[in-house]
Amino acid sequence: MAETTSFPATRHGGPRGGGLLTALIFLPPALTFFTVFVILPIGEAAWYGFFNWNGLNLLENFVGFENYVQLVGNKVFSRAFVNNLLIIAISLSIQLPLALAMAVLLADRLFGAVGFRMLFFLPYILADVAAGLIWRFMFDGDYGLISQIAQGIGFAPLHLLADRDWAYVAVLTVIVWKYFGFHMMLYVAGLQSIDRHLYEAAAIDGASSWQRFRFITIPGLAPMIRLSVFFSLLGSLQFFDMIVALTGGGPLNTTHTMVSFLYYFGIGRMRVGFGSAVGVVLFILCATVAFSYKRLFMRDD
Amino acid sequence: MIDTTSQDPAVAIEEPAGRRADLAPPLSTPLGTLPRLLVLFLVAGLIVVPLLATAVGGFKELGELRTNPFGLPKVWQWQNYWGILETARYWRILGNSLFIASMTVALTLAVAAPAAFAFAHLRFFGHRFLFNYLILGLTFPFATAILPLFIKIRDLGLLDTHWGVILPQVAFSQAVSILLLRNAFRQLPGELLESALVDGCGYIRFFLWITLPLSRPILATVAVISFVVSWNNFLLPLVVLNTPARYPWTLGLMDYQGEFMVAWQLILAFITLTILPAMIMFVLAQKHLVAGLTAGAVKG
Repeated sequence: MAETTSFPATRHGGPRGGGLLTALIFLPPALTFFTVFVILPIGEAAWYGFFNWNGLNLLENFVGFENYVQLVGNKVFSRAFVNNLLIIAISLSIQLPLALAMAVLLADRLFGAVGFRMLFFLPYILADVAAGLIWRFMFDGDYGLISQIAQGIGFAPLHLLADRDWAYVAVLTVIVWKYFGFHMMLYVAGLQSIDRHLYEAAAIDGASSWQRFRFITIPGLAPMIRLSVFFSLLGSLQFFDMIVALTGGGPLNTTHTMVSFLYYFGIGRMRVGFGSAVGVVLFILCATVAFSYKRLFMRDD
Repeated sequence: MIDTTSQDPAVAIEEPAGRRADLAPPLSTPLGTLPRLLVLFLVAGLIVVPLLATAVGGFKELGELRTNPFGLPKVWQWQNYWGILETARYWRILGNSLFIASMTVALTLAVAAPAAFAFAHLRFFGHRFLFNYLILGLTFPFATAILPLFIKIRDLGLLDTHWGVILPQVAFSQAVSILLLRNAFRQLPGELLESALVDGCGYIRFFLWITLPLSRPILATVAVISFVVSWNNFLLPLVVLNTPARYPWTLGLMDYQGEFMVAWQLILAFITLTILPAMIMFVLAQKHLVAGLTAGAVKG
């Protein structure tokens, strides 16, 4: 934690010494809210995870690690875990390069650049459920545009979201559609902080545009790229709403993510212990990803 | 340790788009102007087509979605839209979302701003530890603790009430709000506080009369973040609420879809009408939204 302060004079509570009293008034509300609704539930999840509990009876059916054992052997959960990894894979392999390309294309003076940026960012502000339903329509076998196009060029109607092999591909498509604009904005911001004179100097020295991209743009953007990857990782772990709107986890439970698994199999069936165990796994993954990523890649940012 | 990195995009994007690009010498892009525009229009098309298909589809008859998928409606079915606008249901779900989001914003600011002030200007025993404790919240989504949260809300008697959604939202928005506000409060010139204290102005009065009025931009950013997160929230209200009359628009939309299933023309009109407020906000407050959302992205 970099503790730089522009307030040396107040270090010891200021001349009037009212600092401590003020802190005693100013801090408790935030600490209470945060403790009651964030920290305690996370702690309780760890505890409930050891029980078989429907949330109503007394909490007495202690089962040890049984919930976790069940989870490891659960095929739907394994698939959900793989699906989460696929989101990360698609984010890194398609979304990130697309976002970067768009940011670079829109970096110079170009008529309408601001308009394009805003347009690309637009899907990001839509709620996931709305974006999910829009695409549920697009992918609909009977009425959707994609199926209509397929039929127009002589294929049978495409029921993509009902197809075990394609449903999750469809989900991934929508993720890129909705989120690449956000990452593009990060890169746009990053590009603005690169010194333009570097490009001039490089051009004078005869660097090709690829070389300029490779040796000026990419290093200049590195902090933003690390940040964007970080958001992709954490975002992937909490991905949920769009699954409900697009597929509800179907067909045959092939399109769940870990959170949608938690919802349908934990909350939906009031298996509080089992669902809490899923929450704990999520928590551990989030914590591990966040802390190790920051330690490994974002030390100097 | 989680640190201030999350703030970088906000700082950088504060002067977004367009403005600086005109002054600076060109960044090199490997393509000529024409191919560039071609690519951009292609991507723009991919963004726009689903949105247009949704809005225009809402004006068609169900059968026409099939027979005329790409064209404009032969007869514009305004009734699809009017029918929805005439229902109490539509206005109620928007009203619920507005209430939940406004209360979330008001409480978030009321709780986070004093805490951020304390972390920015006061040195007390354990301040660093407490700050890091609150900042932990950046990493964890609702989902990790949603079941115990559900039990807690039930035990507090808040199940199926708007407060059952608002209070946890306020709690979950503390981390990012306190982080952004603390960093901004620190930027205020130190002499201000010194001279105010010498003149006998206490911390609380300084906070209320100097810090807050001088920090309107960052307060607006924090407000935007927590408003949008609340406006789009789905999982928490889904778990907390079960009376349709209390649903926010995200739940109301799914509820409507579940009820009309294949009447796509109505569902499309309903989607269009429910995302309209967000679209209008976006057009009116682009700059704030982009700056705020990229800053608050940690919260997804």
